Amino acid sequence: MEITKGNVEHVAELARLEITEHEKDIFTEQLSNILDYVEMLNELDTKEVSPTSHVVPLVNVFREDEIKEVLKKDEALKNAPEKEDGYFKVPRVIE
Amino acid sequence: MSYEVVIGLEVHVELLTKSKIFCSCPTSFGDEPNTNVCPVCLGLPGVLPVINKRAVEFAILSGLALNCKVNPRSKFDRKNYFYPDLPKAYQISQYDMPVAEDGYLNIKVNGETKCIGITRVHLEEDAGKLIHAENGDYSLIDYNRTGVPLVEIVSEPDLRSHEEARVFLENLKRILQYTQVSDCKMEEGSLRCDANISVRLKGKKELGTKTELKNMNSFKAVQKGLEYEIKRQIDSLEKGERISQETLRWDEGRGLTVSMRSKEQAHDYRYFPDPDLMPLEVQQEWVEKLKGLLPEMPLQKKERYITQYGLPEYDAEVLTFSMDMADFFEDCVKEYPEPKVVSNWVMGELMGFLNAERIDITETKVTPLNLAKLLHLIDKGTISGKIGKTVFEEMFKSGEDPEAIVEEKGLLQISDTKELEKIVDEVIKINPGPVEDLKSGKKKAMGFLVGQVMKQTKGKANPQIVNKILRNRLK
Ligand SMILES: [Zn+2]
Repeated sequence: MEITKGNVEHVAELARLEITEHEKDIFTEQLSNILDYVEMLNELDTKEVSPTSHVVPLVNVFREDEIKEVLKKDEALKNAPEKEDGYFKVPRVIE
Repeated sequence: MSYEVVIGLEVHVELLTKSKIFCSCPTSFGDEPNTNVCPVCLGLPGVLPVINKRAVEFAILSGLALNCKVNPRSKFDRKNYFYPDLPKAYQISQYDMPVAEDGYLNIKVNGETKCIGITRVHLEEDAGKLIHAENGDYSLIDYNRTGVPLVEIVSEPDLRSHEEARVFLENLKRILQYTQVSDCKMEEGSLRCDANISVRLKGKKELGTKTELKNMNSFKAVQKGLEYEIKRQIDSLEKGERISQETLRWDEGRGLTVSMRSKEQAHDYRYFPDPDLMPLEVQQEWVEKLKGLLPEMPLQKKERYITQYGLPEYDAEVLTFSMDMADFFEDCVKEYPEPKVVSNWVMGELMGFLNAERIDITETKVTPLNLAKLLHLIDKGTISGKIGKTVFEEMFKSGEDPEAIVEEKGLLQISDTKELEKIVDEVIKINPGPVEDLKSGKKKAMGFLVGQVMKQTKGKANPQIVNKILRNRLK
């Protein structure tokens, strides 16, 4: 499958990755190779196989609706690079 | 030129579970920021989400209440996007296999019943709350709401006006409240509504370009936002402009819609099955069991009130607005089987005081049994209808038994003829003018004299007996 440089730029943008022109060339080639390899699967006849969303044969793994312990406030915020008044503080983001 | 409006709604509803959808944190509203969080809902590495069974049941119930087909198999997917309201950088949602789909909801607008399709009902987790600093370059995040279970309900683009959209939303809210899956409080964000809006020339088959409108935080905002956007689109088309497909935000303060995202940030969520969560398999037996839990729906209840109790449509509509109000009414009618009288008191006195105090029917101290007792007291002539209202006010304030109030405050109706005769004679003596008027045929004076007797007795005189005595005396 043909991957264009445009595809690579789009995916990088979605993943918020900054890559150099040289890297774009490398990834374009590498991603194409990977997809070509996976393409082999299309040679199999999967008409009778239902799509797999999970490989473990389990369904309905439930928990009951019960409240259990929560983190202490300072614990919850411990890993925050920045905090203020009990809130996580991040660069201004407006959609 | 004449245009046709096409609206579809996407409604997010927070479910009334005790704990969150994938972890055991409480779902309570209004707590201190970041105090209802754990490693799972904070998206810390190495944690495993496990679905709350009650949330699944509530989603199935929502689907059933909206006449949907419950899917025997459904699964969870990751919706990927970078926005700090979700710490994982993805939201767990359902993409191609929702809990329920293909239902409908009937609405009545201008006397006509219309069937609005429900495309799907799916489960997902709510996101955190962002506060943007007024004059700063930062935002603050509270993750308490992250992971609160939501159902997203998507309607077909069957709505043809902002009016229909409002009625649809009201009916939907009522149905979900009856089903007790959500409290649907728009002001607390437990019911949120987005709309897809387009217009086309009447008679045209293909749909116009649609815009998505977000951030309508009240029923009034939905009405005003839609009205504005419809007009904006029609005006643009009239000017020969094209509508661009975009997401808009309703700006309540300025009363207009503003663009939220530019084109290059078009949605690209790259959904894929969440490997942490196992699929759901819903057996017919489970569905049947849940079906048995569904209450009588508001529209059916309203029809029943009209046929069974002979109530006017207006009364039936008002009384069935909430299930608690309807239950109050019916519990009272059981003890005092005069539906219209009960309806008058509930809609007049009770709702009047509830509105004045801004409290809900569930918070009132008046019980249906006590209201029935009060009505019996009036029927028996123990108190007059007018005093009844005074007693009711006291019942509303203190929650006391009406009989006790009547006794305590000495409000018993005076029906003793001898006692009343004395008062009537006194009134006749000090009001010679009106007495003359009455004798010369001015009927109005009668009302005045009865009023004077009432004043003397602080409203406690039995009006029928007072009338009789007056008529005898002034023959
Ligand atoms: Zn949690």
